Amino acid sequence: MGKRTPLFDLHLALGAKLVDFGGWDMPLHYGSQVEEHHQVRRDCGIFDVSHMHVIDVSGSQAKPWLQHLLANDVGRLQHTGRALYSAMLDTQGGIVDDMIVYLTDEGYRLVVNAATGAKDLAWMNAHSSGFDVHLTHRSELAMLAIQGPHARQKIAELVTQARTELIHTLRPFEGQQEGDWFIARTGYTGEDGLEIILPSDQACRFFNDMVGAGISPIGLGARDTLRLEAGMNLFGQEIDEQVSPLISNMAWTVAWQPEDRGFIGRAALEAERAKGVASKLVGLVLEERGVLRAHQVVRIAEVGEGEITSGSFSPTLSKSIALARVPIATADRAEVEIRGKWYPVRVVQPTFVRHGKALI
Amino acid sequence: MSDIPAELRFAESHEWARQEGDLIVVGISDHAQEALGDVVFVELPEIGKVFAAGDAAGVVESVKAASDIYSPVAGEVVEVNEALGDAPEELNNTPYSSWIFKVKPSNAAGDLAKLLDAAGYKAAIGE
Repeated sequence: MGKRTPLFDLHLALGAKLVDFGGWDMPLHYGSQVEEHHQVRRDCGIFDVSHMHVIDVSGSQAKPWLQHLLANDVGRLQHTGRALYSAMLDTQGGIVDDMIVYLTDEGYRLVVNAATGAKDLAWMNAHSSGFDVHLTHRSELAMLAIQGPHARQKIAELVTQARTELIHTLRPFEGQQEGDWFIARTGYTGEDGLEIILPSDQACRFFNDMVGAGISPIGLGARDTLRLEAGMNLFGQEIDEQVSPLISNMAWTVAWQPEDRGFIGRAALEAERAKGVASKLVGLVLEERGVLRAHQVVRIAEVGEGEITSGSFSPTLSKSIALARVPIATADRAEVEIRGKWYPVRVVQPTFVRHGKALI
Repeated sequence: MSDIPAELRFAESHEWARQEGDLIVVGISDHAQEALGDVVFVELPEIGKVFAAGDAAGVVESVKAASDIYSPVAGEVVEVNEALGDAPEELNNTPYSSWIFKVKPSNAAGDLAKLLDAAGYKAAIGE
């Protein structure tokens, strides 16, 4: 038996087929992951993401500590409510985790991945000596994501006046506390929507209210195809300690300025840049029938070989897509080995769909 | 609890077989489609191909994985369900009416007898 979120019984009651995700028993789907995917792109859906971890950072040196810990610079967050996406690196420039960081009234709120929570806390504690900083793992909180073009409007119809007003003012990549709920306009689907962090004992009731109002529950199967279409990395597949942000479509998240900000991993990244970055993360599209899958080999004529990091069927495009790490000289065509045969693929930018529209 | 129609015969590899005149009609069980998840492509066998019982006959590709399907009986493929090209999800929706291929069997009685009946399949899948 894996770990369970506060909504486990509710998922079973809704007909969820369960899957193990990083040691958690989570809903894979509630009937059809392809239907759930379409639902999010066309309307909206609700996800239980309570397996992720919320870590609150306080103390007089919270800011300089995070500026030391993270590859992106929290100094860029000028107002309470603003958020950024960052990698947390080890001294070799490898990625320990990726996360979203919000500037709050009390300090900062970090949201980190489900399977890496314990590792992250151990790493953070090991690298906090000498800083006046206090970390609180908010394990009593649950987290729900409501995503899709109608998500914000639908939630606004079901919550208090104060929360409705907050929802209407939140800009993309902002999050604010309202009472005992933290509401952020962030997500992992490429659609507009909200992520709500709330006390566990309110999560079941709210999820139930949303489903009762006709909002579809969405499982991790659709979550994966949605984030893949949006070109978003998944820790453990696109990124881990073996790769740097420079070869993971995350160079934009590294804040090189100011030059004297010595974040962990900076020296390794500078050395990699000086030597010449050798790989890149690209998108692949299979134009014929079949499904691209993680670890399939990619062959690029006269250039070399790479590997698919994530692959699946894209319900929005009705064809298979993948993210792959390939040599930097790769142009717009390659071949992938699927069950012993080679198939031609198009090499494209690593974002396939945005706001419901195909980009490729 | 999956649906297991009493009049069908089943292979342990989750294909069902039904006699239709002098042909054997083949598909995959409700248990199989449920385990596969959403089917997105079906690779049908070629018409004219001759199989022994248990030969790999095609592939059902779902979001989760690609799964080989096996011919439960020996014989020649005479018809394939082209409709699965446009609507592969029908294997999920109606597994017992969404047949995959039809075989002119070389040993119908013998091969069908070697397959499981509904109760036998139910036990085999642990239901």
